[in-house]
Amino acid sequence: MTQETSVTDTAEPLVSIKDLEIGFQTGNGFVQAVKGVSFDIFPGETVAIVGESGSGKSTTATGIIDLLPSNGRITGGSVMFAGKDLTKASKQEIVRVRGREIGYVPQDPMSNLNPVWNVGFQVREAVMANNMAKNKKEADKRAIEVLQEAGLADAERRMKQFPHQFSGGMRQRVLIGIGLAADPKLLIADEPTSALDVTVQRVILDHLESLTREKNTALLLITHDLGLAAERASKVIVMYQGKIVEAGPSLEILQNPQHPYTKRLIAAAPSLASQRLKSQKIVVTDAPQGDEIDLVAASAHRHDVVEHADHGGVPAIEVKDLTKVFSIRKGGFKSEPFTAVDQVSFQVPRGTTMALVGESGSGKSTVAKMVLGLETATEGEILIAGKDATALDKREMLAHRRRMQPVFQDPYGSLDPMRSIGSIIREPLDVHKVGDKQSRELRVNEVLDEVALPRMIASRYPNELSGGQRQRVAIARALALKPEVVILDEAVSALDVLVQAQILQLLADLQEELGLTYLFITHDLAVVRVVADDVAVMEKGKIVEKGNVEEIFANAQTEYTQKLLDAIPGANIPLGA
Amino acid sequence: MLMYVVRRLLQAVPVVIGTTFLIYFMVFSMPGDPILAMFGDKTPSPALYDQLAAQYHLDQPFLVQYGLYMKDLFTGNLGTTFSGESVGAVLSRTFPVTLKLASMAIAIEFCVAVVLGLFAGLRKGKFFDNLTLVIGLIMLSVPIFVLCFLAQYFIAIKWGWASPTVGADTSFSNMLLPAIVLAASLFTTSMRLMRGTVIDTRSRDFVRTAYAKGLPGRRVIPVHVLRNSLIPVVTNSAANFGVLMVGATVTEGIFNVPGVGNTLYQAIIRGEGPTVVSFVTVMVLAYVAINILVDLLYAVLDPRIRYA
Repeated sequence: MTQETSVTDTAEPLVSIKDLEIGFQTGNGFVQAVKGVSFDIFPGETVAIVGESGSGKSTTATGIIDLLPSNGRITGGSVMFAGKDLTKASKQEIVRVRGREIGYVPQDPMSNLNPVWNVGFQVREAVMANNMAKNKKEADKRAIEVLQEAGLADAERRMKQFPHQFSGGMRQRVLIGIGLAADPKLLIADEPTSALDVTVQRVILDHLESLTREKNTALLLITHDLGLAAERASKVIVMYQGKIVEAGPSLEILQNPQHPYTKRLIAAAPSLASQRLKSQKIVVTDAPQGDEIDLVAASAHRHDVVEHADHGGVPAIEVKDLTKVFSIRKGGFKSEPFTAVDQVSFQVPRGTTMALVGESGSGKSTVAKMVLGLETATEGEILIAGKDATALDKREMLAHRRRMQPVFQDPYGSLDPMRSIGSIIREPLDVHKVGDKQSRELRVNEVLDEVALPRMIASRYPNELSGGQRQRVAIARALALKPEVVILDEAVSALDVLVQAQILQLLADLQEELGLTYLFITHDLAVVRVVADDVAVMEKGKIVEKGNVEEIFANAQTEYTQKLLDAIPGANIPLGA
Repeated sequence: MLMYVVRRLLQAVPVVIGTTFLIYFMVFSMPGDPILAMFGDKTPSPALYDQLAAQYHLDQPFLVQYGLYMKDLFTGNLGTTFSGESVGAVLSRTFPVTLKLASMAIAIEFCVAVVLGLFAGLRKGKFFDNLTLVIGLIMLSVPIFVLCFLAQYFIAIKWGWASPTVGADTSFSNMLLPAIVLAASLFTTSMRLMRGTVIDTRSRDFVRTAYAKGLPGRRVIPVHVLRNSLIPVVTNSAANFGVLMVGATVTEGIFNVPGVGNTLYQAIIRGEGPTVVSFVTVMVLAYVAINILVDLLYAVLDPRIRYA
């Protein structure tokens, strides 16, 4: 008999993957991405594969049903499904399995629906391809049914609409509907919610869970978020550099990780950490060695620091009744006012971190742009160190910007690929005519030291750097002018958890050393907990709640904040450590 | 939608005024006296000269001439050529011929480019892809008159598959040969555009999703790849159409097609201002109309484009 502790009592696995090897033909020769992966999925079971980008988790998932990009190839192993080896199946056989036996929900809802066909057409296509309907009329009926099951209540009306008329969450529902259109036995969901807001993510995952349970569909969930995996799956597989480093029941993995990589992942996940991160330099004695960053261990009470902060003095940033009204074109020559930011007020004391949290469209980035002077305020005041920043002439604006620097979300988009790292970091010094050529070079080396990058990196170009290194460069560029305030607009959202933890640690160290004030814009409440002292929650342009982070996390006053808090995946899982 | 068309037509007004003014000015500044040119090597009597100059408003300053001309244009009077025929009559005789030739050429060019580009894109880097590239580059680099003469000599004269010149009989079959030659000289750019977008579209996420649904390749390619790849080809072919509307002077000349190209060329040589400007005005209007049609076609191909 089987020794598997499967959630069902079936002895036969639905899918059995043995020693799967997948590689890609690249400009630099053949690169092995998956190096001998083996695991089973039983009927009705939810299995999650966790890992950082490049770990081979998505490649494994797409390899199962031969959806690899054209330069990818399965080089070894087997995928046994219903008595057949899918790696050796003919094209026709694979086409029969896809959709009908194994459904697929892709990662990015924005790019996975064909923009030129209406939604009904694309769902109907999935229904027809798998012989779920005899004619178009029946297919239409089934398509509406499928969309309703996926959570689109007014599916009938929306069949004729096009993907661009749908929100991200709605598109992901359509894709889930397509994946489940033919009642497959297995559904592969590749990061199905990572492009969505946390609250939408929760609703979508809840729905996916109940659907698969209802139909006894097995689910293979690919994610980079360990908390999410542990919350949703009965079995977790941790992948690192193309290999499985650890696999087992999810709670066991989370509470008693065996492999050092898994331990690092758990330590770095902000959703699992609990307290404010402070400079590691102060807790050197119990800080872990090497490049391991432990958010849990490194975070200690920062109360004393915050209390020492200059609460009585002039706040670094003070925003009073800030309002921004955009006019939106309504077709023809008409336009309509839209209030993106509505009477927002807050203060950030010198040397502390204030987090501005909200879903996409809540107006948080618009606030950041106005504080930076990149967008003019319709009404209200912005005081930086007591000085009004809304009514500056050109020269005053330049001086104002020198005291305040931004770091943006996408480290791939925010660095000019045609310029060397050195010249990128030096540019603000050139613009503000700080010192002579020699002292500027010196300053570049200084900030590179501050962000812990080797000095020789100055002569290299952005494309030679990893995402984490690029974000360090972006921070170095922001620090070059010795600003008092740094605005971090989703500065860690695009990074893998381990890199994210390193950057968060770096930011905490720099704050301690340089006495920086941070305005931290994010949609991720889990990050807020480890990085911020105060938090303001924004909804539809208004601040609905603000206060001390620990108080708000312990005792949220509004339903909206509670909803955001509940949506942090894995937040309620007790850690063994 | 209607608002959009109206707005585009309003935008065409300054375009028409600007182009006619420029053309009128250029023809006006051309050296030589058009009245003297009418008489060849003879010299008209001063009385006759003055009478003709008054009849064609040539004794007036430039701006007055232009103003008088524009007034006539908007009252539907396109004037007469120096040979006494009304410009309207010349236009209605030659314009349909050119329109027909251009439509045929662009229809052939579009179909050839889409089909060859699609298969070249699907077989990227393989023999067929390279073959179409080489043939396309040859067609693009050989001057059009060489293509014309080769087609005339081999296809029409040596093998006798078509008539070597068009002449008065502007039927579909008679104009097929010059249309094919024009298409051959134009298809390369559209074909390469098609190939590029097909390669790009094929690697898009929604194509992978289409395969994941369980669709076979023979459905994914036409439904999800072909339609999404058409927009740049439509743009390029429409621009080509605009160029051909002005008259393929060389091709029309060699195949003796009685279209606008030939007539316009003669009018420019003789310095017939009103004739040239009338032709150009009609062409500008045709060009604007084609562009509006193409923009509306975009909206058909891509529902994200909506004009309001």
